[in-house]
Amino acid sequence: MWDYSKKVMDHFLNPRNVGEIEKPDAVGEVGNLRCGDALKLYLRLDDSKERIEEAKFQTFGCASAIASASALTELAAGKTVDQAAELTNDDIAEYLGSLPEEKMHCSVMGMEALQAAIKKLRGESPGVATVGDDGGEYDPEGLDRTVCYCFSVTERKIREVIAANHLENVEEVIHYTKAGGGCGGCKPDIQKLLDEMKGEREEKARQQAQSEEGGGKRKLTNLQKISLIQKTIDEQIAPGLRADGGDIELIDIDGDRVVVKLQGACASCPSAHITLKRWVEAKLRELVDENLTVEEELEG
Amino acid sequence: MEKADSVIYLDNNATTKVDPAVVDVMTPFLTEWYGNASSVHSFGGQVRQHVEKAREQAAALVGARPEEIIFTSCGTESDNAAILSALENDIRRRKVVTSRVEHPAVLGLCKVLQQRGYHVEFVPVNRRGQLCMDTLVQMITDDTAVVSIMWGNNETGNIYPVYEIAEIAHQHGALFHTDAVQAVGKVPIDLGRADIDFLSLSGHKLHAPKGVGAMYVKKGTPFNQFLIGGHQEFGLRAGTENVPGIIALGQAMETAGEYIEQENTEMARLRDRLEQGILRTCPGARVNGNPLSRLPNTTNISFEYIEGESILLMLDQFNVAASSGSACTSGSLEPSHVLRAMGLAETLLHGSVRFSLSRYNTEEEIDFVIEKMAPIIKRLREISPFGHDS
Repeated sequence: MWDYSKKVMDHFLNPRNVGEIEKPDAVGEVGNLRCGDALKLYLRLDDSKERIEEAKFQTFGCASAIASASALTELAAGKTVDQAAELTNDDIAEYLGSLPEEKMHCSVMGMEALQAAIKKLRGESPGVATVGDDGGEYDPEGLDRTVCYCFSVTERKIREVIAANHLENVEEVIHYTKAGGGCGGCKPDIQKLLDEMKGEREEKARQQAQSEEGGGKRKLTNLQKISLIQKTIDEQIAPGLRADGGDIELIDIDGDRVVVKLQGACASCPSAHITLKRWVEAKLRELVDENLTVEEELEG
Repeated sequence: MEKADSVIYLDNNATTKVDPAVVDVMTPFLTEWYGNASSVHSFGGQVRQHVEKAREQAAALVGARPEEIIFTSCGTESDNAAILSALENDIRRRKVVTSRVEHPAVLGLCKVLQQRGYHVEFVPVNRRGQLCMDTLVQMITDDTAVVSIMWGNNETGNIYPVYEIAEIAHQHGALFHTDAVQAVGKVPIDLGRADIDFLSLSGHKLHAPKGVGAMYVKKGTPFNQFLIGGHQEFGLRAGTENVPGIIALGQAMETAGEYIEQENTEMARLRDRLEQGILRTCPGARVNGNPLSRLPNTTNISFEYIEGESILLMLDQFNVAASSGSACTSGSLEPSHVLRAMGLAETLLHGSVRFSLSRYNTEEEIDFVIEKMAPIIKRLREISPFGHDS
């Protein structure tokens, strides 16, 4: 049995705001019978049409699905539409104290229903908004393609949930979105998305670093430069040489002049010297400072 | 909240209460007679005769000879040992035939066997969970090494025609194994008149403790040991005997023999009372499985438009223990493979509850559960977005 917190059990056994609103301003629906859980969220606004006056729900699902929906209605009621749009699945989980990791998708379902209803309020989609289904909406980016057919989960949803919750592996994606938790056939696809998004993040970080550098803002102190050179040699350069039976030792740094000593197999291989010097220099210029030159301290 | 004083335990297909008489019989083997049954000295040696007595008790319940009973650690070990042995027996035969509704102890192994290059075929079932015998007959061929079909299904209680299937397997030179973990002690079993090669059973399903099981290997059936090492269990299963567990299993099986008639009349009557009571008071409820051929203690009922874990947790508030085939209770995201194999409608698939009784249940308990079910189902239907139009 799951280890549900007292608050989850309370919201399951005594759910707040169950039922329909007769004339709702918006309805958000997520999930279906086949998936094993579904949520229908009803919102009614105040006269100014800016604040959510009443939120009610109907849920088909397990204890945590019912508790998450109950928590969602408590969180949404009283907020302006703009404030409510900021609510995330984390807010729902936090409100409940905690949810078992495997049940995080219940809180995601709550967030999605709310987003679907708000989309409707803002007139962004006609009729009852449905998220996560194979809707017929125009999809120029191709993100609404179904990745997980067992639970009808789109690439868009998986990407959004990965980004919002900083997910790092397929297991986590299953817990948060259910995608991959059925036949498992789409697990490689999910891994690909994770890899792609990781690549995108790293690329972004690199570009950011470069633009800072390009602005000439990044000026290393001498101490920083020395330790960065040592670190680069230890971590980026030496391991490659050692694999070939050689080694490299940092002897001295004088301004932009880096003196190193080549050892072992490298030292007794004359033809290697020039290429090696160039390679070490290129590496240091790339990773530390583009003005660096490398000189070799010869044996004896 | 009105709550039962002590737990009303209706999850006996998961595990059972250890019979207090069984505890009494096994306890001296934990405290005083802790010797090793294989020892030469009389302190250990005296234990041996008790182990052999347990073997006779076990054999008697299933109509086997004592030397056909090998004690193991659990039902899963027995299942694995039998199937793997059958595959080793004739390495030219590369096919396993089993059903889509087997216990994970068999299905999980079969998936691994597929990865190892064996050909596994799964016999489908119909909406009542009955095996498609025509397909089974076609699947069993001359390159089939072993056919493994359970005696009684743990989820629906369905009983399968294992005597008949054993004969079909033998017509093609294949060995036959049956996982009878749920059936032993609940239905009469007479292996003396059967053509069954291997049978698995487990102690904790019949009021013995966890950690002990047994397998039957028909005299003359070749068997390659699974646990390799010492000479224990006729050299067929190495490892120092779990003496207290074996003594307990023997006693539990003897007692099961004494109760088997009562299980098929009185317990079946209570099960039917529960089932009828729920169907009468809860709309949108259906029985899963084949009521005409079922274990006497099991009923599996689906409730439309609601989810099983919610039902269980609400029952839990009244101190009632049952189980469900819903996705949320299984730890996976998919509902029961048995109910899916039966092609259950989506509206019913997630809302199944299994009640499995034992001889310790009373009519008062059953009536208490019937009384609690209707309001629970009604409440969850109110919360559900589905099923309001009808």
